[in-house]
Amino acid sequence: MTKRTFVFAVILIICTSFCLTQEKSPGVIAIKGAHIIPVVGEDITEGTILIKDGLIEAVGKNIDIPQGAKIIDANGLFAYPGMIDGSCYLGLQEISSIKATVDYRETGRINPQAKTVEALRPDSMHIPISRSNGITVALVVPSGGLISGQSGLIRLVGWTPEEMIIKSSVAMHIQFPSLPRVRSRRDTQPREQASKQIRELKEILKQARYYQKRKDAAKKNLALHLPEFDEKLEFLLPVVNGELPVMISVHADKDIKAAIKFVKDEKLKAIFLGVTDGWKVAEDIKKSGIPVVFSSLNSVPPKWEDGYDAFYRNPGVLAKAGVKFAFSSGSASLAKDLPYHAAKAAAFGLDTKEALKGVTIYPAQIFGVDKMMGSLEKGKVANIVLADGDILELRTNIKHVLIDGKEVDISSIYTELLEKFKKR
Amino acid sequence: MKIKTVGFILVVSLVVFSSFSFGQDLLIKNGTILTVTKGKILKGDILIIKGIIKQIAENIKGPKGVRIIDASGKYVIPGIIDSHTHIALTGTNESAEAITAEVKMRDVLNAEDRSIYTAISGGVTMVHTMHGSANPIGGENIVIKTKWGKTSEEMIVHDAYRTLKFALGENPKRANYPTVGTPRYPQSRMGVNAIIRREFLKAKNYMEQWDRYLKAKKSKKSTKNLIAPRKDLRMEQLADMLRGKMVARCHSYRADETLEFINLSKEFGFKIACFEHACEAFKIAKELAEEKIRISVFLDNWAYKVEASEGIAYSAGYCTKNGVLVSINSDSGERIRRLFNDAAKAMKYGGLSEEEALKLVTINPAIQLGVEKIAGSLEVGKHGDIAIFNEHPLSAYTLCEKTIIEGEVYFDRVQYLKEREEMEKKKKQEEKKKEKKRGTK
Repeated sequence: MTKRTFVFAVILIICTSFCLTQEKSPGVIAIKGAHIIPVVGEDITEGTILIKDGLIEAVGKNIDIPQGAKIIDANGLFAYPGMIDGSCYLGLQEISSIKATVDYRETGRINPQAKTVEALRPDSMHIPISRSNGITVALVVPSGGLISGQSGLIRLVGWTPEEMIIKSSVAMHIQFPSLPRVRSRRDTQPREQASKQIRELKEILKQARYYQKRKDAAKKNLALHLPEFDEKLEFLLPVVNGELPVMISVHADKDIKAAIKFVKDEKLKAIFLGVTDGWKVAEDIKKSGIPVVFSSLNSVPPKWEDGYDAFYRNPGVLAKAGVKFAFSSGSASLAKDLPYHAAKAAAFGLDTKEALKGVTIYPAQIFGVDKMMGSLEKGKVANIVLADGDILELRTNIKHVLIDGKEVDISSIYTELLEKFKKR
Repeated sequence: MKIKTVGFILVVSLVVFSSFSFGQDLLIKNGTILTVTKGKILKGDILIIKGIIKQIAENIKGPKGVRIIDASGKYVIPGIIDSHTHIALTGTNESAEAITAEVKMRDVLNAEDRSIYTAISGGVTMVHTMHGSANPIGGENIVIKTKWGKTSEEMIVHDAYRTLKFALGENPKRANYPTVGTPRYPQSRMGVNAIIRREFLKAKNYMEQWDRYLKAKKSKKSTKNLIAPRKDLRMEQLADMLRGKMVARCHSYRADETLEFINLSKEFGFKIACFEHACEAFKIAKELAEEKIRISVFLDNWAYKVEASEGIAYSAGYCTKNGVLVSINSDSGERIRRLFNDAAKAMKYGGLSEEEALKLVTINPAIQLGVEKIAGSLEVGKHGDIAIFNEHPLSAYTLCEKTIIEGEVYFDRVQYLKEREEMEKKKKQEEKKKEKKRGTK
């Protein structure tokens, strides 16, 4: 063998092995024969979805499938975009009563520095359960105190937090102080407490703005002192600079109104979370332009006069008023139930198509990722769920889940334990 | 005077008579009837006379003037039964002592608890409302019908089993509660088992003492110095368990503790009606089926404590398929209104059929409570306890429109919507008045 042929052979071997590994990578996938519900746009019967490099290359009826593409036969199945949970504790809590496993709540009242994605446990037993029910992306949120910390958007697959994170900081979470419901002389104490807390919030934002000003001034003039480092103010800077929205947990109608005023006064970008009394002030919310993420609908309304179905019909009323909304599970162990909150709202007056949007495209829009996900459209990330029926329906079985164009495992501790004890 | 007294007697007797009369007459027409035990009728009628189902057929002509409910396009199912809840009570746990078999939930019934309304808004007509799980041996539970607006006495279901609450694992150990002062015995699963055994041994001793006393009293020898044993209400309850007059409802989570309690029941010869929650039932489906012991579980509520961290959603379906009689309970004043949703989930997790799924919240809990002859399915001769849904009750999009108990409508969504509208109108008018007043001031 001459030297030249040897080099040639080596190159050939390297090339072929490279090609082979290339073939193993996801490359092109074609989902064939599905009833496609793209959420944005009309349904397509017996359509094809072409996926290339993790993105949706084409969606439609007459699409040529390139040779060598991996084919997923979806005959008789329905294709939906992966659902997005608007607020949950996935990866932040395993067993709720065991403090050692709960990481979404810091001590103290002002914690803008706390980031949920930095406490994320990729191996949480709850994540595969949610994923296997068609939820592919979730906002993981902090709770507690007055300023709870920062939420992050994650994909429900990955070995490390880094592999899971889509957006490490989506919003700064504020638990809005609640004004007392009944105005009476006896209530002066909590009322003062609440307005005091709102003042406290305003004060700290003011301080953050001043902190920024001093920093700016110091930048221009070396002779000026830098402001003394303040952790709380430092992490509030993106909020006062309009780069990071606040996500305000607020429920009662009075508080919603107060929160709208607070957002306006402080000129903040805001998202509301909870809003269980929203139907009473639907017009105010609509006018404010603030989008809403509903908390779990599975609670009995605190006020008897509101009727047993107040939480159930709330989304329908707000949707009618033109408020942008999304649903959330607000849970870790029952995060899988996200679609059923949407279905419940549909049972009590929300249009079923709107309900579906509330777990797909609307949360994507609210969190600023709608160019990436939330529907089955060309160019979007291939987060796709193949189900044997309506994805919001309790009896539907999820058959395949793709995240970023890769089919993911839909087994979970549910199926693992079942299989283990079936062997008995 | 005489006329007045006669009138008085008449009124009194009328009141007495009406309070004793049972149920009402009702004809439900043209609904899709899911009888649960006798199949499905696509378009049929149900005739209820004096609270009892008289006829289920197509085109029933009811008696003259009978109230008719048109159920065209609707689904008619037996009233949902919650085998384990704590609603309509002014207290749940007597946790100062570990053993409190003498307390009775019947004594703390609260007919005005709004959870009763929440229950009927979800088609529930009967509940087993129970002592809590703070004690290895709690108190006596009670079965009531959710007759919102009636007195607690009128709600009680006398046909049901007498049941005594037992509890194992973390709750009687007080594992998830802060200890104040000296911890209460027991603090471990060993102690929980031992204390239950101790109480049954005591009860046996107590029964024997009474037997001896009664025997001695009967004998012809002088009974002069004979002293009766002291009556002990706690022991009386356990004696009733040993006599088979009462059955055990045992809160348990882990498979091992569940098996241990079965051993205890064999040791003393009392009957277990049902295990509550039984999160790990799928691990011992074989034993439960063999012993014919039933379970009442959450469909998927789990991971709220360590012993609930393997409570998989497949358990209800898997146990059903393996011959265990399963019911799905709420254990909550909220979940109680969506038990039909939980039943539907057993189709997804566990692969049950529609009928099997519906059984989990109707006939199965009825069997567990010993009321299957009067409730749990739509059959002639049973009580007219019925729920009407606008869509299939196992659909996620369904809602309960009417809840009927013994032919009487207790929940009516149409009526509710009307009342709500009127209330909103009134509220607006009042606000206007207030504004006017403010204006004039």
